[in-house]
Amino acid sequence: MMSNFPVSDIRNDFPILERKVNNNDLVYFDNAATTQKPNTVIDALSDYYKNINSNIHRGVHHLAEKATEEFEETREIARNFINANSTSEIVFTRGATEGINLVASSYCKHFLKKGDEIIISEMEHHSNIVPWQMIAKEKELIIRTVKVSENGELDINQFKNLINNKTKFVSIVYISNTLGTINPVKEITKISKDAGAVVMIDGAQATSHKNVDVKDINCDFFVFSAHKMYGPTGVGILYGKEEILDKMPPYMGGGEMIKDVSFDSTTYNELPYKFEAGTPNIGDVVGFKKAIEYIKKIGRDKIYEYENSIRDYAHEKLVKIDRVNLVGTSKNKIGIFSFHVDGFHYYDLGLFLDAKGIAIRTGHHCTQPLMEKMKLDGTARVSLAMYNTYEEIDYFIEELKRIINK
Amino acid sequence: MITDKIQREIIENFDILDDDIEMTLNYLMELGEGLKPLDDKYRVEENIIKGCQSKVWLKHFYDNEKLTFFGDSNTAITKGLLSLLIHIFNNRTPKEILESKLFFINDTGLCRFIGTQRSNGLEAMENKFKLIALNSIENG
Repeated sequence: MMSNFPVSDIRNDFPILERKVNNNDLVYFDNAATTQKPNTVIDALSDYYKNINSNIHRGVHHLAEKATEEFEETREIARNFINANSTSEIVFTRGATEGINLVASSYCKHFLKKGDEIIISEMEHHSNIVPWQMIAKEKELIIRTVKVSENGELDINQFKNLINNKTKFVSIVYISNTLGTINPVKEITKISKDAGAVVMIDGAQATSHKNVDVKDINCDFFVFSAHKMYGPTGVGILYGKEEILDKMPPYMGGGEMIKDVSFDSTTYNELPYKFEAGTPNIGDVVGFKKAIEYIKKIGRDKIYEYENSIRDYAHEKLVKIDRVNLVGTSKNKIGIFSFHVDGFHYYDLGLFLDAKGIAIRTGHHCTQPLMEKMKLDGTARVSLAMYNTYEEIDYFIEELKRIINK
Repeated sequence: MITDKIQREIIENFDILDDDIEMTLNYLMELGEGLKPLDDKYRVEENIIKGCQSKVWLKHFYDNEKLTFFGDSNTAITKGLLSLLIHIFNNRTPKEILESKLFFINDTGLCRFIGTQRSNGLEAMENKFKLIALNSIENG
């Protein structure tokens, strides 16, 4: 057990963790779906609308200046957070899903041609499957999938065999939202790039749990969402290498993304603005800055270490329960536990746990192809975050045992 | 109306549980366990109710102008909810089913316990019963 992590102080910063659900203390184990927000983020949202609110860029008045400054500060802090080269490489989106769609609609639509191949994996979230299917249908591209082994890891040898001179794009999840597996994205990127493919990493589940360095990974694109890392919903970031983003056509047209507009011709704005048509989600972007600052203040290495410790604690207890079957048992994983219980449907389990204030997720977790591969129609899923405690795990394990042995 | 009377009885039974969620869930499970078994041969695509998060099968027979129902679900709580609907609609004429209004879901507070997804599932089940009733009138 790790004892020097300031989990009580952290919990005090998250007001929702104090509330009761169904007359019990809330135990929030649904962090892979979305995380809770600390006071600094909540206060920043309120402060933005009380004191700063204005449309950004091109304004000459005080509030417009201030709002622009705050908005652009988040871009710089996000750049630093993932170690990108420049803020030109940081595009604000609505979330990881929009980032993937943007790249599929702009890069793949423009640069891939009939018969080219895209590689994804069997453990992808629907967000990293459907955009590729849509563009593949339109452009007559071929999608190939990397297999997942029984313990929930990617089959790297099979991946190497899939790569050929038609492989033009590879898009792989960093950490599986269903299995918790941390994929070797640096190795995957190297293999792909050696073969001349462009690489995108879906980092939605990664950024709140571990250090992310896009330069070290060397991927061409990286997407993530603010709300899965203690920030507001409706904001995400698409990182793209400048030389690639630069040659990509805009994804949407409108305000912000133009330099000059006439009825004869329109010239587009420079990076990253050419991908940010329309008034962005300014307030939530401003709030997002506080979420990144919060993570940095606690320290990602410390968070990783503590979360590994509660992961091991939960794992040890879960495997000892009869009839509980874990799905995804890679040694290299975060604190996400998908499981099913013999003779007890995951949906019933979710309802009974909720009656005790314990929030877990049940279902296919937007990874239906993976479920099909595992011959399951769904699982119960516990996903931990830095504010979860050993005591909460004890309470959950106790209730789980009691409920399934009714 | 007979379906109203049955619903009032259901509400009385749930009142005893005093809004305790776990007791309510346990009671629903018990109700589901009491449902007459559904023959495997009826577990086919045409008897599956769409719109439910969990899988539900509903088989009906139309005889002497009355409908009888058999059903099952792969989740215990949904099976309990299904058993309540079967209890209300069993041995009723299609007209009685079509004219009935389900108020027990709100009045038992069940909607609060079972959440919107479940309520939608319950709505899909109710719609299926009514569709069967309507088809029975049209097809005789």
